[in-house]
Parts: sequence; structure tokens; C-alpha cells
Amino acid sequence: MHVVYPVIVSALLFSIGVYGVLARRNAILVLMSVELMLNAVNLNLVVFDVWLRDRLHGGQVLTLFVIVIAAAEVGLGLAIVLSVFRNRGTVDVDRLRDLTERGLTAPGLASSGSGSAGGAAGPSTPEAGPAATAGGGSPGGIDRSEAG
Amino acid sequence: MTSQVPDLWPPSAQEVVFLLLGVVALGSALLVVTTRQLVHAALWLVVCFGALAGGYLVLTAEFVAWVQVLIYVGAIVVLLLFGIMLTRAPIGRSADLDSGNRVAAAAVAAATAAVLVTVVVQGFATAYTPLEAGGGAAATLGASLFRTWVLPFEALSVLLLAALIGAIVLSRTDIGAAARTPDPPGTDPAGTGTALPVSDSGGPDTTLPAPDSPAPDTGTAPDPDGPDGPNNPGVPPGETGSGRVPRDGG
Repeated sequence: MHVVYPVIVSALLFSIGVYGVLARRNAILVLMSVELMLNAVNLNLVVFDVWLRDRLHGGQVLTLFVIVIAAAEVGLGLAIVLSVFRNRGTVDVDRLRDLTERGLTAPGLASSGSGSAGGAAGPSTPEAGPAATAGGGSPGGIDRSEAG
Repeated sequence: MTSQVPDLWPPSAQEVVFLLLGVVALGSALLVVTTRQLVHAALWLVVCFGALAGGYLVLTAEFVAWVQVLIYVGAIVVLLLFGIMLTRAPIGRSADLDSGNRVAAAAVAAATAAVLVTVVVQGFATAYTPLEAGGGAAATLGASLFRTWVLPFEALSVLLLAALIGAIVLSRTDIGAAARTPDPPGTDPAGTGTALPVSDSGGPDTTLPAPDSPAPDTGTAPDPDGPDGPNNPGVPPGETGSGRVPRDGG
């Protein structure tokens, strides 16, 4: 077995996971993409363990450890997502903007209703202005009313 | 590792099987991150993890393959499906699953793939190892795990316990409610978090503190709050959360 084939599969799987983490809005889909990236790492560990013929089997044991850590991570992540959903009524990561800087709050909140990136789009007021009025003035108020 | 390395392109039978499984894994992973139905993403994740488990089997890592099937396909995907169910996600097609920065994300992912594949092909083009069965059997791996790696194993069990307790504390609502009821409204950290949208909207200022305290009650009425709803009136408010945990567990 050439080492190149599994390692290329692992690299492509990691890239797909990177795309999913960056492009998805639902927090559970982001968690799924993180799982894809962890699986890419696992495949790398197994391949190099087999290639190097590790006498201690460090690669495969570490793969088991990564699987356990992934289980713990997805359990805690889902608990956090459920807590966020309970308090906000949404799991949309684009609308959870309470930790933005205060200077970035106004364009970020205005553009979050339209679903644009916000951070990259920044102060593009001609697009963000009508989107804020169409999507409701304050997303925080909408979330509270949905949750209540 | 060996003296003579076979050529890269006419792949052997093992490599053909692994490449087919890899294509299945990559295709289903691509569907996970691009599908418009939330439940289908979790189900494609099952296909992806199953194909990866087949790849582990081809690579003679049998025990890792079965652990992958048990933990990932059996536990993590079910947990994700429960998360989808509890957040009341739409079942059918939903148009807002993708963020606005899809193009930037695709560019970053393509750049990552290009860099990684280039480096990996440059570095491991001649790496070759013949596959021998038994390297990843449960006996071998178990002996290594409980002889050499037993200290990280125990530390990991403590970490798993801590994560379990953390998930319980995060998801139970009455533990937080015991600490929340003596507080006057507006002093909890959620009040400072809501100060940011208030500063520019201003309109729903009066409505924000009011749904702040009843929101965890009403929002979780169909959620795990249901079984401990009848427990709340019977418990005096001064009782600590640690005294209440075995009450529900028993």
C-alpha cells in the first residue's frame, strides 16, 4: 500500500471539513464538519502507524484517544447548542453576535438579518440598510420573542 | 521501508479497494457539507464514517475500524440526530443552511487542499509498506494500550467523566434555576449580554429583562425540562443542586 493514497484522501477530507465549518450556519452542521476533520486526522494516524510499524502502536492508540475526545467534544458541543437554543430560540451561528466588538456591532447586527458574512462584508451600508428593515430591526428582540 | 518500491500508478488490489472506499467517503463528506436537508447530512455522515471504517480494515487496523463503527456510527451520529430533533430543525429542505460566505469558505478549503496535497505528494511519493494482517488486532492493541499507554488512558477516562458531568450540568435547567431564583432580575450575566443589541435598537429595551427569566422555563417546556417540571414545586428553593441530583436519578 502506498502511503500517498490514504494521506491524500485524508487531506481532501480535512479540506471538506474546513469548508463545512466555514460555510454552514447551523451549529449542528458545524459540529458535523468538525467530526469530518477529526476523522481525517484519525486516518492519518492509522496510516502512519501502519507505515512506520510502530512497536508501541502509538498511532492506533492515539486514534482511539481522538475518538474518545471527539465523543466528549460532541456531547459538550450539543449541550452548549441546546442551551443556546433554549435561551435564544436559534442555533444560527451568524446571529449569535453578542461577543463582537462594540464598534462592529451596528453593521454586524444589520447584516446578520440578511444572512451575509458580516465580518467580511463589514460596513456595506447600501445592502445592509434595507436588509435590516426587512429582517426586523433587532435580531435579539426577535430571538427573545421566539423563545418566550 | 522496503528496498524495491512498486510503481505508483497501476495500483494493487488493496489500493483499488481503498481508493473506492476513499471516493465513497469523500463524496458522502461533500454531501454532508452541501446538502440542504439537515437530517440527510447526518445520514450521509453515516456513509462517510462507514467507508472510513472500511478503509481502516483495508489498512489492517481492525480494532480501530470496529471502534469507529461503534462510537462514530452508533453513538455520535445518534447524538447529532438527537440534537437536530431537540433544536426543532425543519425536516424538509431549508434554504438558509449555508452562510453568506460560501465563496470565501470554498476558496479557503481549496487552498487548504492544494497546500496539503502538494506537500503530501512531495513528501511521501515513494513511501510504501506491504500490508500484513494482525498489526491492529484487539490483542495487540489492547496489550499496548494497557501496558504502555495506561496513564493517558486513565487520564482520558477522567476527561470523559468531566465531559459527562459538564454536559449534564449544561443541559439540566433546574440546577441553574436554583442559583437563579435568589438573584434579582438584571444582575445575571445574560443581562450584560443583552446590553449590546439594546444600545443600537433601543426599542425593545423594556421587553428584554422581562422574558429573560421566563425564557428558560417556557422555551424548554417540550425539552428535558419536562420530567423535572413536577419536581420543581416540591423542592424548596434554598436546596442546593447537589442534593437534588440523586433525587431525580433515583
